[in-house]
Formats: sequence, structure tokens, C-alpha cells
Amino acid sequence: MRLLINKIFLALSVFSALIGLAFLAWILITLFIKGLSSFHLGLFLNDLIDGGLRNLIIGQFILAGLASLIGIPLGMTAGIYIQEYGRGKYASLIRDLSDIMMSAPSIVIGAFVYAVVVIPTGGTSGFAGAIALAIMMIPVVINTTDNMLSLVPKELREAGIALGASKYKVIIDIVIKAAKVGIMTGILLAFARIIGETAPLLFTSETSNYFSLDLSQSFPSLTVSIYDLANEPEESSRDLAWAASFILTVMVLIINLTGRFITRNKK
Amino acid sequence: MEKIFQKLSLASASIVFVLLIGIFFTLFNSSKEAINEFGFNFIVNPDWNKEIVLNTPNLNTVDNVDDDVIADEDDEDEVLFDEDDEDEVATKTVFGGLVPIVGTLLSTIIALAFALPIAMGIAVFLAEIAPQKISNIVGIAIELLAAIPSIIFGMWGLYYFAPIVADIVGGYQVSLLTAGLVLGVMILPFMAAITRDSMNTTPSVLKESAYALGATKFEVIKDVIFPYSKVGIIGSIILALGRALGETMAVAFLIGSIFVLPEAINDPTISIPVAMANNFGEASGLGESSLFYLALILFVISFGVISIAKFYFLKRGK
Amino acid sequence: MPIMNIKKFSFTYPGVDHPSLKNITLPIMQNKITALIGPSGCGKSTLLRSMNRIHDLYPGNKYDGKIELLDLETGKKNNILEIKKENEFIKLRQQVGMIFQKPTPFPMSIFDNVAYGLKIAGVKNKTELQGRVEEALKGSALWKEVSDRLDKSAMGLSGGQQQRLCIARAVAVKPEVLLFDEPTSALDPISTGAIEELIVELKKDISIAIVTHNMQQASRISDYTAFMYLGDLIEYDATENIFLNPKEKQTEDYITGRFG
Repeated sequence: MRLLINKIFLALSVFSALIGLAFLAWILITLFIKGLSSFHLGLFLNDLIDGGLRNLIIGQFILAGLASLIGIPLGMTAGIYIQEYGRGKYASLIRDLSDIMMSAPSIVIGAFVYAVVVIPTGGTSGFAGAIALAIMMIPVVINTTDNMLSLVPKELREAGIALGASKYKVIIDIVIKAAKVGIMTGILLAFARIIGETAPLLFTSETSNYFSLDLSQSFPSLTVSIYDLANEPEESSRDLAWAASFILTVMVLIINLTGRFITRNKK
Repeated sequence: MEKIFQKLSLASASIVFVLLIGIFFTLFNSSKEAINEFGFNFIVNPDWNKEIVLNTPNLNTVDNVDDDVIADEDDEDEVLFDEDDEDEVATKTVFGGLVPIVGTLLSTIIALAFALPIAMGIAVFLAEIAPQKISNIVGIAIELLAAIPSIIFGMWGLYYFAPIVADIVGGYQVSLLTAGLVLGVMILPFMAAITRDSMNTTPSVLKESAYALGATKFEVIKDVIFPYSKVGIIGSIILALGRALGETMAVAFLIGSIFVLPEAINDPTISIPVAMANNFGEASGLGESSLFYLALILFVISFGVISIAKFYFLKRGK
Repeated sequence: MPIMNIKKFSFTYPGVDHPSLKNITLPIMQNKITALIGPSGCGKSTLLRSMNRIHDLYPGNKYDGKIELLDLETGKKNNILEIKKENEFIKLRQQVGMIFQKPTPFPMSIFDNVAYGLKIAGVKNKTELQGRVEEALKGSALWKEVSDRLDKSAMGLSGGQQQRLCIARAVAVKPEVLLFDEPTSALDPISTGAIEELIVELKKDISIAIVTHNMQQASRISDYTAFMYLGDLIEYDATENIFLNPKEKQTEDYITGRFG
């Protein structure tokens, strides 16, 4: 009897794993089929105004890139503070607050940036969108930096200090170098995450049908446009939304897998 | 140089603190108008963007007759501001957040109910059942599922998942149920991963002792591993809850986006993030302030839930 | 002639109410090897780590007494326990180097590892760097093995080689004192032998203090030995005396293996 229960339980567990895999497969296959059927090279050559996705893809990268320029240095230095310099309650508090912010609703971040950037500057802008994405990125980078640095054995730090190096030199020359691979992976994963975000951009940078490098206006975004396109009645808009979804997913998965691949190699 | 670096890193770290406080105060500030206007009644009022008649409820119909020409708030009759005024009754637009709040909570509960057993099963599979190689591959697959942008879940959910659900259960394709289920699929990998990690902290010696007594795998999991990692598992559940509360895009595609309380689980309704996503663009004045009020409520609830998860259950061993 | 004089030195870890070292008085003789031995928890590593004040990475320690270091350049004796300023700490560590139990190669090339201490000390001239790196590697009996791959990562070396690399790295800055904290306990017997030979060679130019839980090692290579127990210095003498003719019963018990 016990063995029977055991068997049933194990079967259920395997079944759940299969369900999880099934969902993944279902989504990916759907994307492939619907996305590929609307796929054509023109998507990369034309902007949305001409039925292509070029401006949106480039725009999304620019937004994520700008967010990274802000978020990565801030996140890394904050993570360094928590792990290397922080001794007492303040460092722990920051660590906890950062963890909490990691799970904060992205739309609330968007509302915040709307209130402090969009309203005072009089309108939506690429800058506002990038700032919203940066705010989302910072806690993730903090978390990964903090974790990776904690894996570096303390003897390595002591050896550096014992040679007469000052603390910041030890951190930069030795500790970060030792944690380099893990931190890079973490950053790549953070980048993959924010490049797929929609909610923070909805009313901060919105999107644009045209090719634009002007960050002071509404800025083209692949994700926001997918939402807009999906809500349009025309069949062609829907098809375009699928093609865009396919491209977006491929982008995100490639970046994600690259990050994992880097760590795999170093093991 | 050392001092500069130290101060710089401290400043960066403090940004987190500043941001969090800034977000709270900004939301609070921007919702002041709505808070002042509606107070806590906002939370229980189901009318969103409705024009209601001011004053006495027994004057439901517009009555053209008025006794006095003077506008007087205390007057039990209808108030006419001006004889030339075309509106015979004074109305105001009220916003009440009950529907999105209920929608947010219910969709999250549905998501949790759906995802929990599956996530636990996956975690058990990854931690205890699968051989190392398979566990690694399946583990990566689950993490990839987590990496898929939420808008993709929305697209897939709306055009492929929801129709099937509606076929089975009946009712609308865009509904509380379908939104909750897709939300469940989204939090599934997250819950599974954290639960698996918690389970893996169980010391091998503990497991081995149980096996050595002749326990079956199921019994070891039930009597040794789960109790040992109970705290982490509960923490993962609550954390997943916190994330589900704030999810926007997938829900936006599937919940229906109407400010109506659902009568059945497969009725369309709305959630806070969706209300915000759909209306922020055009809102202004009291409407905009009400959206911020919703944002504030959501922020407070999420912050509370996530904090509970973190401080009671997911203590970091540093 | 002592290069270092430890006088009535007591040490308490942060947040702890009883001292881990009580009233230690002990000289470190110049150009000799002094071994610190004793059972686990006796404080020998704590004492060693006080000599380059590496404890100060973890603030909140309490010091009592003095540790005087003779500055060979100026001839003055300085109490290193009084050091507070960053640049003074740096100078101390350039005068008193340390080798750890676990080899700690930095994640850089072999050359960069050995040159690291020099670069921090301000040596920029490429020729000088190359010369001193070669000198240090030769002095650590590592030059022959690595001279053709100086630009390769240090992580590719074996455990014994890595430890010799750490020694080369420490020696390159020409310190007055080198502190060894159980340097061979993580190594195989052959590498251990090589390192022991190296340490004996080094004492010609550098004064050495070594913590070891391996009594045979202490009796093999050291000139002086200090036996410690539960934070006290039980006995200090020339090594032959400690091992052949200990004065204290506790010393004798430890040497003969009755405890520890």
C-alpha cells in the first residue's frame, strides 16, 4: 500500500514536470508557427509606419541599453557596498529593501516615473522609459553582485590587504575579477529581463511608428507596440504582433542562454 | 581615493532607500486629490468613472421643478445653479476601486491555486526524483519559461489558451478565470525554482537516515524534506503571490478590462495593473489621481506581502 | 636581535567578552625562524594575524600592550598597535608580509601576481618590474617552472606551485618579516618539503614567524619555538630546548602527544 502511494506520488510529480515542459513547448511552438508565418525580411528593413519592426527593435535595444548604462554601475557599486563595506544594520536594510524592490509591480514603477519625469517635463520621452527600466534593473544587479561577491573566499581579500593594497584596490583588482564571470551572467540576465518589459514603458516612453533616435519624445518600443497591435482590429496588425512577439522572445532567450552559457564554460 | 570609492558605493546603495521612499511619497502625493475626495470609501465603492447624482437618493429622476432660485447645498430639493444651466441635476464623477482591487486579489488567488500543486510537483521532480542530468535540463527549461516576457504570455494566453479553457468551462474567453490561469502559468517556474532550492538545503544525512529506516521516497519527502524546508516553501508561495499581484501585461490581455464585479468566475472584470495600463494615458484630474490611489494601494499590498515573505520565511543566511 | 618585540599583548575579538590572547611577551628574532605551536584554539593564528594587523579588516577588536616593529631603514622601533591611518597600515603590510594556509593566487597572470605588491608600492618602470619579478620567482624556486609562461593565468598552477607563487609575491616587496599561517597544511608531502626548504632559504634575508600544527615541521625548520595554550604563552625557547628539554609540564605533554 505504501509502495502504491509512493508510485502514485512520484507519477504525479513527473506529470507536473511534464505539464511545465508542455506549457513551455506550447508557447514556443505557438510563437514559432504564428511568428514565422508572418516573418519576412522586410520586418527588419521597414519601420512600423511601413509595416515593419525595425524602429521598434532598435528602439527597444536603445531603451534597454540606456537603462543598463544607468542601472549597471549603480547596481554594482551598491552591491559592492553591501558585500564589502557595509558592516551593520544599514547594509542589511539596503539588501532587504533591494530584494523587496525586485518583486515590486512594474506598473507602479511606471506610475512613479510618470509622476516625477513625464509630468514635470511635459510629455512622454525615451528618457523616462529608460529611467523606469533602470529602476527595475538596479535591484537585480545589486542582488547578483552581492551574491557573486559573497562567493569569493575571504582569504583572497586578506592576501591582497596583506600585500599592502588598500581596500578599494583589493575589491577592484582582485575580488571583482574573481567574481567576474558570475557578475557578467547576472547582468546579462538582468538585461534580458528588462528588454522584455512592457508595463514600465506604457505611459513613460509609449511607442512610436517612426524611426527615432530622439529620446526626448515618445520612443519606439517593441513591447508596447505589440500590445497596441494586438488591440487593433485588423488581422494584419495581429499578424505583425505575432511576428514581433516571436522576434522579442528569440532575442530574450538568446541573451538569457548566452548568460548561462558563459557560466557553464567556467565551471 | 579609498574614501571616494567608499562614499560613492554608499551613495549608490542609498539610492535604493531613496527610491523606495520616493515611490511611496510620490504615489501618496499624486493620489491626495482622490484620497481627500473619497477617503477609504474608495476601497469599497464599485463605481468607476460614474456620474452620480448629488445629495438625496430619493430624487432618482430628474425633476424640472425647483422651488427656489438660490443654489443651496443644504436644500433637500434639487439644486439648480443657474436657470440657464442645461443640466437639471448636479452630478459628480466618482471613482471607486473595489472592482480592480477584487479583480487583483481574486486573479492572484486563482493563479496560486492553479500553480501551487504543479510547482510543488516540479520542485519535487527536480530535487528528488530526476537524475542529475535530467534535473539540469528540465531545470533550465523551467527557468526559460520564467524568462519569457509577460506580454508573450498575454498573446499566447488570449489566442490559444483562453479559447480552450472557455471551451471546457464555458463562459467568456476573457475572464477572471483565464487571466488567473495564465497568471498561474507565469508564477509556476518561480515557485518551482525557489521550492526546489529550499528542498535542496535539507542535509543529506537527514534524508539518508530516513531511507535507512526503510521509508519510501514519498515518505522521506513528506516527513523529512517538506518539514525541514517548510519555511522556505511558504516563503516562495508568498513571494510568488506578491509578484502575481503586480502582473500587468498577461492579465491585460485576458481579464476583459471592464469595471464590473464578476458574478461568476468566468466573467470578465479588471485588476489594478490593468486599470492603470488602460487608463493612464487619457486620465487627468480626479481620474488620474484615482489611478494613483489604486497604484498606492497595490504598492502597499505588494510591499506588505513581499516583506512578510522575506522577513518571516526567507531569511538570508549571511 | 629581535626585529619584533611583543610585549604584554592581549587581544579580544569584537563582541566577545573574554580575551583570546592574554599578556603575551615574545621576541621575533631577526633572520631566524620562530614557530608558534599549540593545540587548536590556543591563539597562535590570532597572534600571527596581529603582527600585520590583518584583524583590522574586521573592526571592533580590542588590543592591550605593545607590538614593536624595528624599522630597518630608520632604525626606529614603532608600536604597530598604534597605527590608525590608512597609509601607515599599508606601510606596515609592506614591511610585514603574510602567506595563508590556502594558496591565494589572484585571478591574473603569474607575472601580474608577483608584480602586484610592487605596483601598489609605486614601482612603474617595466624593466625594474621584470627584474624584481624574476628575482622573486627565483628566490621562491619557481622561476624555472614558469619562466616560459609568465603571462598565463596563475590559476593553472598546481597547489604547491600556487603557494610558492604566493611566497614569491610576498617576497617581491622585500618585507622585513614574513608571517606563515600553516602554509603547508593544504599541500601534499612533496610540495611541503619544497616549501620548507624555501622558508629556510628565505631566513637569510627575512625574519620569519610560522604557525604550524605539525610539530615535526616546527622542530625541522625553526630556530625558536613558542608553545601556546588557551591564549597564554606557556613556554618560549630555542627549538632544541623546547623539544628535547621543555621546562613546563604542559609543553612536554603536548610535545609527547598526550593532548592536542
